[in-house]
Amino acid sequence: MQKLIISSSPHLRDKTTTRSIMQDVCIALLPAVIAGILFFGYRSALIVLVAVAAAVLSELIYCKATHQKNTTGDFSAVVTGMLLAMNLPASVPLWMPVVGSIIAIILVKMIFGGIGQNFVNPALLARAMLALSWATIMTKFPEPAFGNLAGVDAVASATPLAAGGAYSIGQLFLGNIPGVIGETCKLALLLGAAYLLWKKVISWHIPAAFIGVFAVCYLIGTGFNVGLTVSQVLSGGLILGAFFMATDYSTSPTTDLGKLIFGAGCGLLLFIFRFARGGQSEWCSFAILLMNVVSPLIERVTMPKSFGEVSKHE
Amino acid sequence: MGVSQTFVGGIHPHELGNGKAVNGANAIIDMKAPAKVTIPLSQHVGAPAECLVKVGDTVNLGQVIGSARGAISAAVHASVSGKVIAVGPATIASGKSVTAVTIENDFEDRWDESVVPTEDPDAGSIARIAAEKGIVGMGGAAFPTAVKLEVSQLNPRPDMLVVNGSECEPYLTSDHRLMLEAPEQIIDGVLLAMKATGITKARIGVEDNKMDAVEALQAAAKDGVEVVALPAKYPQGYEKMLIYALTGRKVPNGGLPSAAQCVVLNVATCAALSLAVRQGRPLIDRIVTVGGHVAKPGNYRVRIGASLLDLLECAGGLEPDVRKVIVGGPMMGNSIPSLNIPVTKNFGGLLALADEGVAPEESACIRCGRCVRACPMGLMPTQMDAYIRHDNIADAVRIGVLNCMECGSCTYVCPAKRELTQSFRMAKAMNRMKNSH
Repeated sequence: MQKLIISSSPHLRDKTTTRSIMQDVCIALLPAVIAGILFFGYRSALIVLVAVAAAVLSELIYCKATHQKNTTGDFSAVVTGMLLAMNLPASVPLWMPVVGSIIAIILVKMIFGGIGQNFVNPALLARAMLALSWATIMTKFPEPAFGNLAGVDAVASATPLAAGGAYSIGQLFLGNIPGVIGETCKLALLLGAAYLLWKKVISWHIPAAFIGVFAVCYLIGTGFNVGLTVSQVLSGGLILGAFFMATDYSTSPTTDLGKLIFGAGCGLLLFIFRFARGGQSEWCSFAILLMNVVSPLIERVTMPKSFGEVSKHE
Repeated sequence: MGVSQTFVGGIHPHELGNGKAVNGANAIIDMKAPAKVTIPLSQHVGAPAECLVKVGDTVNLGQVIGSARGAISAAVHASVSGKVIAVGPATIASGKSVTAVTIENDFEDRWDESVVPTEDPDAGSIARIAAEKGIVGMGGAAFPTAVKLEVSQLNPRPDMLVVNGSECEPYLTSDHRLMLEAPEQIIDGVLLAMKATGITKARIGVEDNKMDAVEALQAAAKDGVEVVALPAKYPQGYEKMLIYALTGRKVPNGGLPSAAQCVVLNVATCAALSLAVRQGRPLIDRIVTVGGHVAKPGNYRVRIGASLLDLLECAGGLEPDVRKVIVGGPMMGNSIPSLNIPVTKNFGGLLALADEGVAPEESACIRCGRCVRACPMGLMPTQMDAYIRHDNIADAVRIGVLNCMECGSCTYVCPAKRELTQSFRMAKAMNRMKNSH
């Protein structure tokens, strides 16, 4: 018999690992990637691949350059790359996902200490920086051409948000609309979201509060125009943002109450932006980024009461 | 059926089903008394017992060899008849070295004359018998039972006897088998404890993955004893969680069960109390689950002081892939460096783990919040750990690290495999050191 190992209890561990969680997120994003390819052609796949490769390479090079352990095995860079690509129109030049991934990984994540330490969502900040720096390229949305894999023409189309009611709810739900690669097909996104909820990678709190508060505000703001509210919920980046972006562990509270407040804040901000400033597809990113910044504060004020604290005061 | 409200948080270790099925299916096996027993004089919370024998003495089975000393202590008895061959230090499962009496077995099992039944005991004599017969909490804490039964000084007086049959640790099934095989004995012990304390209501909590035990106890229950099925969830058997589940009362932080007007006893302790009163039999043996990578896993009735080497020989020996041996359950038990350790009164399990027991490498916290959801005490493990790793013990204390009961739920669920429980143990120890200077 080998020498017996001595260690602190507990002596059993759950099978879930950081890597398995990140791989689950990748799996959950696949339906939306496939939808992106079906609507916007093979170039969608190319952009996803380039973004992922650039994200993983950025992390690898950063780790080597700073003499740290290579952390790319945790798959979180793959998730960041995929999420960034989901936020880009299929018509962008290929250097764009590269620049975006470098911003997301080096500037937002690694410099602040790597996984778990970034204070805003890497993919979202990268999208925001790209949108501010190259506004014309980033707002040129290709028209969907279902099944036409060969390609898309980079025509400047308005998104449904700006177009205002030009698309049916069915089109908005299936994704047969101009937009970025991973945002348009709500059916695919909801499939992925269901998978994340089922695997307990995310909880319902943030998406429910986010979408719920936004919808309620919009209903009230429009004098209970249900049709318009539904099309607003299905437009822009709300569904992708609520399930895949706002639920980012590092940049959202860990407490259930904190998650509800965080999600509600996202919903409220998005409503204010869209209602007051009109349709622009980046609003969802900005709403989440702003809430990211106050997330530590929310966590602090929603710290749970310990089990024995109640009866002391009773 | 009464109330059953469970605490928020907790975990469902996936091994729970597997380990339990293997160990719980078969009847308790009597382990042959070993040729030699080493009986520590300190097997309980409180002062070590005072040694009453010397090398060369002949002792009888059940004879007192150590007497209780001070307010919180417990007597210790010979678990075989034979000759005292050594009185000296021995290492126990916690790693501590304590004085122990080694007796060479003459295999006569000659009962001591003090082992006589008590007919119709009155309230006062039950606690006295518990003290004389060395009864201590067999669920793990080993707190002297007589002290718990002495409630006359408490204000307010306890009004509920909470009996722990939840056995929430994975792998362990010793209480499960006892509940199936000796439900009347357990109920009798519960009734005796009720009589001793003047408490008229008792609730026995059993996790609902042991419905056969619930039924067995229910069939035997009478006179104010209620059996309640609880959701199978770790750590349901922890004192504070159990009191909450059975009574809806919360023990304040830093408080004892008496603050919630409860007395808590384990089912095995109740059975031992019954034997002590009805047969005069001291605590000289107990049921131990031997599980994991051993040839014959199961539940064994083992004499106190038997070496783990003897116990493992009885269980067919360790398999070659064993990397770690644990005394107690896998969530809160101690890993031990050597098998030359005696079975003591609070010894619920012996587990042999292979690679599944080897701690994986730590990685960075991803702030997923799984630990926050799992913590049954409503703490924020990730935040406490972050403070502790920055040597900021004061802030860790401020947000409640002293309320951590070290159940291990946070560490179990952590996907980054961080040693959270260890971090909290260290912080608590450092806080104690700071306060003692």
